[in-house]
Amino acid sequence: MSADYLDGNALAGPFAEIFAADVTVAVGRCASCGLTGPVAGLRVYAQAPGLVARCPGCEEVVLRLVRGPDAAWLDLRGTISLRIPLPGAGA
Amino acid sequence: MGIISRGFQGRRRGDDERLPPGQYLTEDFPVLSAGPTPRVPLDRWEFTIDTEGGQVHRWNWQELRALPSETPTVDIHCVTTWSKLDTRWQGVSLDVLFEDVETAAEYALVHSYGGYTTNLPLEDLLDGKAWIAYRYDGEELEPRHGGPARLLVPHLYFWKSAKWVRGIRLLNEDWPGFWETAGYHDYGDPWREQRYEGD
Repeated sequence: MSADYLDGNALAGPFAEIFAADVTVAVGRCASCGLTGPVAGLRVYAQAPGLVARCPGCEEVVLRLVRGPDAAWLDLRGTISLRIPLPGAGA
Repeated sequence: MGIISRGFQGRRRGDDERLPPGQYLTEDFPVLSAGPTPRVPLDRWEFTIDTEGGQVHRWNWQELRALPSETPTVDIHCVTTWSKLDTRWQGVSLDVLFEDVETAAEYALVHSYGGYTTNLPLEDLLDGKAWIAYRYDGEELEPRHGGPARLLVPHLYFWKSAKWVRGIRLLNEDWPGFWETAGYHDYGDPWREQRYEGD
């Protein structure tokens, strides 16, 4: 039987609708256990009313994304911070 | 004269009237889950009702199974738009579990093994509207469907019927649960299509 979750790359499409940068390459820190790693490494439970991304270390919820008909809800309370790589600000 | 085909979907007459707006009929029982399936050994399983005054009512697995049970056959409606008709359950009515519970609270926060929560008005759990279900379709409830026991509140969207139920906290104020804090409707009446916040 296949795993009941996807990897964090499953968030690329839904996040592309919201953010200009690719958030899946951002490095986050789990608010529960402190593990750091790329968003692409999270475990994404998609067979649900929304996307639930959990820490691969402690399985706590790191972020949640719900797409309604005319709005999205993003909950990042399980994330201490995200380091989002960006191009140089320029001279 | 036109011929109206109902298609080959195995629908029974009258099913359409039993489908809330925006729902489709399924014969499967889709598995939705926001996390890994908790495995709860029956010798460590317990169900609690915590009142707003700090009293705790507690049942272990044997105590729950010794209570009088009912066998409701109900239609269930998932917010992801599937509905399933005539699902057959066995479980204990919340009226039985609340028999000796003294409370003036108006709200309930249901919590589960694995950390899931969902909120609803206490009155939606009483008067024959909700059960702690431990059998489905003649079998012990499978873990993927919420076994060993889940809440069954079929008149609301099925996310309110918390899998792997562990207890109920009674509260004087409404406390939104897992999906209710992430854009989903606080009450979730399928007949009023209360899917999202503001619906």
